[in-house]
Amino acid sequence: MKEKTLFSITGLFDSSDEIGHAVEAVVKAGYKKYDVNTPFPVHGLDTKMKLPPSKLGYFALVLGLMGASAALFFMWWSISKDYPIIIGGKPYFALPAFIPITFEVTVLTASVGTVLTMLFLFFRLPNINHPLQDTNYMRNVSNDKFGISIEAEDPLFEAGKVKDFLKSLNAQDVGEIYFEEDETADSTRIFSPKFIAFLIVTAVIISGVTYFTLNKLLFMDPFNFMEEQQRFAPEGQTTFFKDTRMMRTPPAGAVARGAMPYMFANEPDSAAKELINPLQPDEKTLALGREKFNTYCSPCHDYLAKGNSRLMGQFPNPPSLHSEKVRNWPDGRIFHVITEGQNVMPSYAKQLEPNERWAVILYIRALQRAMNAKEGDLK
Amino acid sequence: MSESEFKLDYVKKDLPLYVRNVGLILSAIGLIIVVISYLADPVRTAYNSLILTAFVVSIGVCSLFLVALEYIAGAVWSVVFRRISEFLSTVVFIAPIIAIPFLLNLHNVFIWTHTGTVAKDAVLAVKAPYLNVHFFLIRFAVIFLIWWLFYFIFIRNSQKQDITRDQKLTKINIVFSGIFIPVFGFSISIAGIDWLMSIEPKWYSTIFAVYYFAGSLLAALAALTLIAVRMNEKGLLIPGLMKDHFYSLGALLFAFTNFWAYIAFSQYMLIWYANLPEETFWFINRTQGSWMYLTIGMAFARFVIPYILLLTQPSKMNPKRLKIAAVWILLSHWYDLYWIVMPNYSKHGIAFSWNEIAFPVLVLGLIILVFYSRSRKVNLIPVGDPKLKRSLEFRL
Repeated sequence: MKEKTLFSITGLFDSSDEIGHAVEAVVKAGYKKYDVNTPFPVHGLDTKMKLPPSKLGYFALVLGLMGASAALFFMWWSISKDYPIIIGGKPYFALPAFIPITFEVTVLTASVGTVLTMLFLFFRLPNINHPLQDTNYMRNVSNDKFGISIEAEDPLFEAGKVKDFLKSLNAQDVGEIYFEEDETADSTRIFSPKFIAFLIVTAVIISGVTYFTLNKLLFMDPFNFMEEQQRFAPEGQTTFFKDTRMMRTPPAGAVARGAMPYMFANEPDSAAKELINPLQPDEKTLALGREKFNTYCSPCHDYLAKGNSRLMGQFPNPPSLHSEKVRNWPDGRIFHVITEGQNVMPSYAKQLEPNERWAVILYIRALQRAMNAKEGDLK
Repeated sequence: MSESEFKLDYVKKDLPLYVRNVGLILSAIGLIIVVISYLADPVRTAYNSLILTAFVVSIGVCSLFLVALEYIAGAVWSVVFRRISEFLSTVVFIAPIIAIPFLLNLHNVFIWTHTGTVAKDAVLAVKAPYLNVHFFLIRFAVIFLIWWLFYFIFIRNSQKQDITRDQKLTKINIVFSGIFIPVFGFSISIAGIDWLMSIEPKWYSTIFAVYYFAGSLLAALAALTLIAVRMNEKGLLIPGLMKDHFYSLGALLFAFTNFWAYIAFSQYMLIWYANLPEETFWFINRTQGSWMYLTIGMAFARFVIPYILLLTQPSKMNPKRLKIAAVWILLSHWYDLYWIVMPNYSKHGIAFSWNEIAFPVLVLGLIILVFYSRSRKVNLIPVGDPKLKRSLEFRL
């Protein structure tokens, strides 16, 4: 058995009025280190105990401001700066839309943070021991009594005197509280495997029950009128149209949005005559042309357009694009081949937009020039 | 503890005479400027009379609402202040007098009174069964009659209790409070929609009546706080009032400041987000020219500054700081109403000159006079109220 130290002398009272008077008397007697324990919050005790105003409000203020600025900063950074998104035609930094979230985050950080601050800073949470714990006194004040405990550390403390003083206030069960020195220093109990296991089991059970209740038991479709709307399936039948088909053919002459119909189908000569390359051979265009040529043309035509590609021998090889014939073709004629296809080569109209085709043609021209350079090019 | 054991330490004291003199002087000056202003520019004066009618009704009717609220909620702490709210609610009688200039100029203030325009305009034609001059005047009369009726019920019972000390009178008032509160909700909505919103009859906002109510209750509370603190300083109220009582007033002011901001921002954000032309033009009008400054200033005057003034616990307990906050909130309520009404008079920029001063001076004088005359014959504390002892013992 270790030696025990006197912590405090305690007394119990029956009502909140009595404890109020007792506190006033204790303050008058000049005791500084004492505490009052009541089964419920008693209004006005803090003023009677002459406690200074709580500092917790400042923590709440700072935490709230931190939450507000963090929320605003994160929204600004994520959808105004890092990955700008236009939502509902509003500016990137749509402040009014950010306010509700800022408000919520402010309240969340302030309230949760204040509770945690209180637990860790004021109640010294990892340490869950207190000399008053597991005493008859604590059992009483957490049930129906109002207790006062004058601690031995008080400069005016003298065991006999304090006892007489409490008795003179009509306190019941005036007694001493002892504690072991190492008892309060023991802050590891919170990390004991038993306690951790209990926390984990509780967390699993609570989250499991919550998940089951919200997602399985009480699950309801949220408003689903966009999911459930009436629509025509392409292959379906309907009585709405005379021909009972849901899929409609576009009216004659209809053109898809953004599409330009090709006007020289099966007319390579007029294409050669009429079509003019709208692009200039600048760095940007040639880069685009090279990219598209390497992607779509080079598998057969080879990177240098000579025709000895990596697929050589698997099907009839395309001729070299450096032949006299192709070099003398106008741009429009090559455009026609890309658009319509020729011999084994299929149409590349789906893969290449018109301006990409023109860029590819410019790149081919550059390749041809490189293979058949003129004397003047050296200057 | 029975009624007879409770000895009340209250001696009726009159308000000092200078209060009446100040009231008389302000009213006289105000009346003169109003008359000159009306002769010089009747339309502008009509707009101002509209602002101040809404202001007076705010204070009067919401004070009556506070009385009813105290009865129906069984509130204890506010019993010591109830007489002040009762006196303040008397100003609903001067509101129709303030309203005379705009009632005479309905045609210049409200576009829906132009029958020719309404007939041509599909939107206004749909609203014509509600927005027409006859029905407008009927509603005007009916809501005032209702307020006066409930005023007489509450005040008569409350004052009778001073003499008879009959607890039944409290119960009767509780029943009438239950009837009054929904009626109040409808009537204050009618007031807000008829006088303030219908200046721009094509505007849609379902929250506007609540917006007017939030600002109005704030004004009534601020007036109550200001007068309560002032009278307590002069020792006219009962001894034994603690900072707990004033803290409660401050907490309510703080709460309703936040409520106003919540409602105002809800209105703005929904309109801003939906971006519908029939809603946005109201705010766009208020960002034209120099109105922009007043619109931004609104957020500070009505929310940020009172919020900071009332945030901490000591500021709600310190009567001096409460007084500053109360005066500020009263001024900002006038600012709010000015901001709602005046952009329709002067579309492109702020219009502020001596015409705008006239009515506030007159109304301030009249409120002081009404308050003074009401306080002369009646106890400043409801001495017969069964809750008074508990009210005095109220602690946080």
